Amino acid sequence: MPYTSEKPGTRPTAEELRARIPGWGADLDPADRPAFPREQPGIITGAHWDLPPQQPNPGRRERSVEHLRLTPVFGTAQPLRGVAGVIRRYAYDTYSEGQTAHWLLLILGDRVDAMTAHLKSFATLRPDNPIAESGILGERGRRPLASRVGRGRIDLKHAWLDPILVLGPWVLTAVVTIRTLRRIARR
Amino acid sequence: MKAMVYRGPYKIRVEEKPDPKIEHPNDAIVRVELASICGSDLHLYHGMMPDTRIGHTFGHEFIGTIEQVGSSVQNVKIGDRVMVPFNIYCGSCFFCARGLFSNCHNVNANATAVGGIYGYSHTSGGYDGGQAERVRVPFADVGPSVIPEGITDENALLLTDAFSTGYFGAQLADIVEGDTAVVFGAGPVGLAAARSCWLMGAGRVIVVDYLDFRLEKAKTFAFAETVNFGQMGDIVRYLKRATDGLGADVAIDAVGAEADGHVMQHVTAAKLKMQGGSPVALNWAIDSVRKGGTVSVMGAYGPLFSAVKFGDAMNKGLTIRTNQAPVKRQWPRLWEHIRNGIIMPSDLITHRIPLDEIAEGYHLFSSKLDDCIKPVVTPA
Repeated sequence: MPYTSEKPGTRPTAEELRARIPGWGADLDPADRPAFPREQPGIITGAHWDLPPQQPNPGRRERSVEHLRLTPVFGTAQPLRGVAGVIRRYAYDTYSEGQTAHWLLLILGDRVDAMTAHLKSFATLRPDNPIAESGILGERGRRPLASRVGRGRIDLKHAWLDPILVLGPWVLTAVVTIRTLRRIARR
Repeated sequence: MKAMVYRGPYKIRVEEKPDPKIEHPNDAIVRVELASICGSDLHLYHGMMPDTRIGHTFGHEFIGTIEQVGSSVQNVKIGDRVMVPFNIYCGSCFFCARGLFSNCHNVNANATAVGGIYGYSHTSGGYDGGQAERVRVPFADVGPSVIPEGITDENALLLTDAFSTGYFGAQLADIVEGDTAVVFGAGPVGLAAARSCWLMGAGRVIVVDYLDFRLEKAKTFAFAETVNFGQMGDIVRYLKRATDGLGADVAIDAVGAEADGHVMQHVTAAKLKMQGGSPVALNWAIDSVRKGGTVSVMGAYGPLFSAVKFGDAMNKGLTIRTNQAPVKRQWPRLWEHIRNGIIMPSDLITHRIPLDEIAEGYHLFSSKLDDCIKPVVTPA
């Protein structure tokens, strides 16, 4: 009977729920929920500065054009470098976060980065090992069949696509490269 | 030091990297004792988050011991065993001053829409993460807390993101006594959200997923009713029928960018990166909540647009609330709940993996093998 002013159905009473669920209603009062309301001025955070001191900039650190300044603290994990770095630098310098081009260029930079890093690894003592790095060896002892088959997993419906989408760009790049080299050789 | 390193989509390995250094007077260096792999790490692993650079070390859930401190650090000292919230934040900007720690404006040079997160690409600041032997922790006076008495290491680890985020998802749902809550996703965050709904007075909690072993956990860990959407022709219709035709009072999306359930959405979003994420779970939440209800979004989505059914949200008068969880605000209450035996976050842990085998750990978690719900990584 959902079309009346009363909420239909019957719910267990608070006493029933308290008996069945440990801690039921412990935070029923919104005032007892630490992040409620979501904005709560005057929180003591441990900060003993109005504006944190500026972290030294080791070089030309990229930043979103939406920022008015380089943030006082920033990550230095993997600085821009190589062709991917050029693409990423262009994305940061040119487009705001509101523009799709910004993100598409960053994704392109990611793929170029992965490809060049893979190629570069062959000139090192530790080349990429796609088998070990895929973690597929972890299937051993972890019930690979029993985990997947006969359990109604809907992700199996598209699992066949995954290798194509992961390996596809590599195969495509190899084909294009070989054809281009052949064309150059014929000239 | 040893660290997990990203080598491209679906490829990671363990490498020797230089030890992190103090780069700001309020930095600390933490020797990691326990870390875990989060469901949102899988979005990075699958190449979904823009500007995830080769060589990046993931991991935003970790605990450890402080080994070095910068010249201005006052609130923690060398030797302290700390739990570190996944958010990096300054504690003093406009947003931090209002408790929006996840939205700090002073730590992420690469973007304004998202704050700083350990090991979560350069879109989230370019900080290496905790799936390593050591990690740089900025604003050591603000983020980390000494692990208190009575809190085990694994419980502390689960509070650095997963359980706190689930609890926050229930908070944002604005539950009042007797509400029916539907939680989409029975991963660690969804399970924590479902468990937390009861604490806030829910009268009924329904968890939706397609993996039976996770739904079984939803029954035992979160005392929830469960439904396997893989066995339903139309999950929205099922949920409407199950809620007397009105819909649930609140719906929590604890799935995010790589939702299954619609092959085309999965291919265009999760695989071809044409959307910021497959919005299947979010759209189901919008469809299955009642008019005037609240949708809380804890699932992580990328920055590109997604085809979300906003027309339905508008016409139904929904409130949609979402954010990265400001986890440290919740710790005192959650510590209290753990001490009182009300919650036990560590019950979510199913696998413990040495750092040297982390590639296998990612594959195991990503492929949902061996009934894996939450893998923990031990660097030592």
